[in-house]
Amino acid sequence: MNLHEYQAKALFAQYGMPVPNNMVAATPEEAKAGAESLATQKVVVKAQVHAGGRGKAGGVKLVDTPAEAAEFAKSLLGTNLVTIQTDAGGQPINTVLIEETSNIESELYLGMVIDRASQRVVIMASTEGGMDIETVAHETPEKILKAELNPLVGVMPYQCRELAFGLGLKGKQIKQFGSLLTGLCKLFVEKDLALVEINPLVITKEEDLICLDGKINIDGNALYRHPDLEELRDKSQEDERELRASEWDLNYVALEGNIGCMVNGAGLAMATMDIIKLKGGQPANFLDVGGGATKERVAEALKIILSDPDVKGILVNIFGGIVRCDLIADGIIAAVGEVGIEVPVVVRLEGTKAKEGRELLDKSGLNLQSASDLGDAAEKIVKTVGAAS
Amino acid sequence: MSVLVNKDTKVLCQGITGSQGTFHSEQAIAYGTNMVGGVTPGKGGTTHLDLPVFNTVKNAVDQTGADASVIYVPAAFCKDSIIEAAESGVSLIVCITEGIPTLDMLEARIAVEQNGVRLVGPNCPGVITPGECKIGIMPGAIHNAGKVGIVSRSGTLTYECVKQTSDLNYGQSTCIGIGGDPIPGTSFIDALGLFQDDPQTEAILMVGEIGGTAEEEAAEFIKSNVTKPVAAYIAGVTAPPGKRMGHAGAIISGGKGTADDKFAALGSAGVTITRSPAELGLAVKEATGWS
Repeated sequence: MNLHEYQAKALFAQYGMPVPNNMVAATPEEAKAGAESLATQKVVVKAQVHAGGRGKAGGVKLVDTPAEAAEFAKSLLGTNLVTIQTDAGGQPINTVLIEETSNIESELYLGMVIDRASQRVVIMASTEGGMDIETVAHETPEKILKAELNPLVGVMPYQCRELAFGLGLKGKQIKQFGSLLTGLCKLFVEKDLALVEINPLVITKEEDLICLDGKINIDGNALYRHPDLEELRDKSQEDERELRASEWDLNYVALEGNIGCMVNGAGLAMATMDIIKLKGGQPANFLDVGGGATKERVAEALKIILSDPDVKGILVNIFGGIVRCDLIADGIIAAVGEVGIEVPVVVRLEGTKAKEGRELLDKSGLNLQSASDLGDAAEKIVKTVGAAS
Repeated sequence: MSVLVNKDTKVLCQGITGSQGTFHSEQAIAYGTNMVGGVTPGKGGTTHLDLPVFNTVKNAVDQTGADASVIYVPAAFCKDSIIEAAESGVSLIVCITEGIPTLDMLEARIAVEQNGVRLVGPNCPGVITPGECKIGIMPGAIHNAGKVGIVSRSGTLTYECVKQTSDLNYGQSTCIGIGGDPIPGTSFIDALGLFQDDPQTEAILMVGEIGGTAEEEAAEFIKSNVTKPVAAYIAGVTAPPGKRMGHAGAIISGGKGTADDKFAALGSAGVTITRSPAELGLAVKEATGWS
């Protein structure tokens, strides 16, 4: 689950990390009042969306007066921001952050992530803060300093010192960095983060460190033990169909093709998309009905697939392990009864209770094509949809 | 021979009285797995599915001499269950449960490593040696004893591998579902090493997915350590990059982890690759020259 910058900064502050004074505003009036209440003459207005690259996309502006803050907020609120990290539709701006300005001397990068390769939480720091950090990582990986957390003891003071010296920090900054990083590591572990990023972490002309931006992603599997964080979820930042799917414990991702897919298991779902493409078709979605598929969830899954107007055909590919194919068949029959399916459907059932499932579908009198294996299923749906369009 | 489990493996089930534990233990018993007992705290001394139930894993191991434990307990309690199993004397833990917090797994893995125990999973279908021992949720009937070792990150794609190698009458030595979580107990490299050393396994079929660099690391390992023919498929060529937050994910992966990167790495390691999930069996055929 992603957090907004203002939510991330509130967590930073809670863990003793330095952030600029700020206010959140949902209206131009609040933006004006927020700007008036801050101590600096100039303030920064930042669109709050779940994506990076906001500055280059026009979502961030330095303004001279509270009236200008209100004006810029008005131009942002209610619109969608399209950045390099969003899809073509962008993300809706419902709030803006009004923040005091800092006297920036230089910009650092500080991030933490769970690294699959080392199987550890890894801290990454660089003197090359700012927008082009990925290019830096790619072309000059030696400029990304790394430290691994020992899960038993967490971050050690020596690691903080090592990174601080590596970043060329001096004097009081070294101690500040140690305290900041200790707080960040505590936050990461206590709140079950999957990713945190401070880009930039700024050194001010007064030689203080301050977190000028904040991105946090929380491990969705751990949300059950963080009801406080769960309340920070902003559903407006999520795709409507994906959200509806998640409420039914379905894993759905919308794509741009015209062949809807309903599959059990993420790997097989990806493989089904791959083979549709290999046979010359275009998948309209990724949909994993998961292991605990019930009749109701299968019916809901089909309804979600059909709510995409581009869908011209559906491929159901189920290899029953925990999932019983007869339940899947029941769900398909129920969905047809409820919403009607006008597009051609190819069904491939294999594994647990596959024979029973196929019999149910045969007896239902529905217009379905059954397929004998994965290759056959993909060929049939691509041929049918291709012929129909 | 086979790897990890065989007809003599004595298996415990943690969470045996729950609905998942009950259903899959019944299936395992029906398959012929040597199930010796179960663990449900508070229900020690009772029997379930004609098996003795114990309050603790230690108790169960002492009484039954179990070598392996399969975990079906809810995700919130898995860290505790894995560590309990690791410290109670079993040599193999198979954790089926999905949705375990990643930081829990980081800690559980340390206990597993300290005790020299092998963990398979979590979030996986389990391990099966056809005709001998089924630990997990895979449909037993599709498997046939044979000569292909299968290792996969995805559950249902493992079944696809099994079906296709069964259809060609190759059969399987052992199938290991290593699971799709970021912190798996057993890696591709671990599984490849086991299959390389197993006389029954004559060829290896591995199925990876986009994300992470486990397949690239496996390719390096194969180059210098695996002499048996290996066939591979990677799921996710068509998966879109998707919305993302910030740069940390991209920095840590160094821009690697796409399906194309993985195919290239495996191809250069001499692995027979297929881009069609309908041709997994055929890829084994091509890699081995079998009829």
